[in-house]
Amino acid sequence: MSGLDLTPAAAPAPRAARIRRHALIETRLVVRNGEQLLLALVIPLGLIIANAAVGARIGIAREPFIASVIALGLWSSGFTSPAITTAFERRYGVLERLVATPLRRADLLLGKAAMVAIVALGQAVVLAVAGLLAGWSPQPGLGSSLVAVATALLGLVAFAGLALILAGTASAELTLGLANLVYLLGAAGGLLVPLAAFPAWSQPLLALLPTTAVAEALRAWSGDGAAGPFPGWTIVVTLAWAVVVVVIARKVFRWTS
Amino acid sequence: MPAALTLADVRLSLGGRVVLDSLSLSAAAGAVTAVLGPNGAGKTTMIRCCTGILVPHGGRIEVLGAPAGSAAANDRVGLMPQATGAWSGVRPRELLDYLAGLYATPLPPQEVAAALGIDAFSGTPYRRLSGGQQQLVNLAGAIIGRPELVFLDEPTAGLDPHVRRQVWTLIRDLRAAGVAIVLTTHAMDEAEQLADHVVLLDHGRAVAAGTVAELAAGRSLEQVFLDLTAPEGAA
Repeated sequence: MSGLDLTPAAAPAPRAARIRRHALIETRLVVRNGEQLLLALVIPLGLIIANAAVGARIGIAREPFIASVIALGLWSSGFTSPAITTAFERRYGVLERLVATPLRRADLLLGKAAMVAIVALGQAVVLAVAGLLAGWSPQPGLGSSLVAVATALLGLVAFAGLALILAGTASAELTLGLANLVYLLGAAGGLLVPLAAFPAWSQPLLALLPTTAVAEALRAWSGDGAAGPFPGWTIVVTLAWAVVVVVIARKVFRWTS
Repeated sequence: MPAALTLADVRLSLGGRVVLDSLSLSAAAGAVTAVLGPNGAGKTTMIRCCTGILVPHGGRIEVLGAPAGSAAANDRVGLMPQATGAWSGVRPRELLDYLAGLYATPLPPQEVAAALGIDAFSGTPYRRLSGGQQQLVNLAGAIIGRPELVFLDEPTAGLDPHVRRQVWTLIRDLRAAGVAIVLTTHAMDEAEQLADHVVLLDHGRAVAAGTVAELAAGRSLEQVFLDLTAPEGAA
């Protein structure tokens, strides 16, 4: 005898509890993952320290750069990390396993979204504090603050949608490679380098990227951003990306590998 | 008593290959239904259809009176997957606490961990567990929500004889508690020891069904298996 009371009594926990449980376990797993920490904190903190040490000598101004690094952190938390973890959840059969529980697919996605928000918020706070310690003195206005918050939230939705499209269609190994490659491309293409520094012909194209929009919104919030084609353009870009990628993700995401 | 699980004329093709071919079977509450078949016969695919991960192209699947894959069904089933089924970095006790938290009246995780001997490695990341230890964690996860129907996909593969007997005891306890158990296995002795009802699958089709005694009829179950099924890849 096992000594357990195995009498059937299955019933789901309240929805909020299920979502909270899922968000917490995903957050714990991400925070414990060394590779994710490298992307989320170690590399951005290294960039902030490097900028503090040699930025002035090589002509990289501190104010926009710290905001750019925070945007880079949001990119890794919103895209790279969820893409890799979700791809391996498919590979390891975690999603298949969770289907046979009271956790609905919408609960799982909301839990993941909450995890991304928790990690991104914590990361932004840590990087902002590190930036302030390095002498960063942002000059936010009310308008730029509202635009930055809205753009960052919509950008995270767009990043996470892109992550699910990649992780839900490609193998875990391919996702791992592509997610890291795309992380670097995003960093080079408008995240770390301000839009105004690119050739004039390429700026309208780069401005259409969600990564550029998030970084430009944060640089503007920091008090050193380009004006852009019209006020609040970053919200329009990230909103469009968020809607399109979420629709695509719903269509193409596969739960098993 | 109505069947806990009914598959009627279920058909599914994947990548142009017929995986389930007009499969029909049922499983009763308070009974162990063993689904036997060679590799690639469609056993795991059948379970995936029953949990809604795969949607058949035809036929009907009813799980505890509800359509397969519906919330009303999946809330009340437990699943022990054949391989992995957990995050690589999760610790067994952490996983059990999480799964228990998805249910309103789960089994206490500490009691499940103690009953299955998981306590000894409850803080070790899943990827560092042996195959047998991972199997035990998966089994614990399958029962922690106090399900009415449990799918056990090769539950004792890779287990040593001591732990295998321990799992058999748990399966018998589940049956005594009124749980419907659907288990797939390659171990004929396991089916002989546990099954109230056996279904033999070959190329996605049920080629024989009945009690062990009815199927064997004086022969060994393994001989019946060899006579009625073809190895994977054979036409």
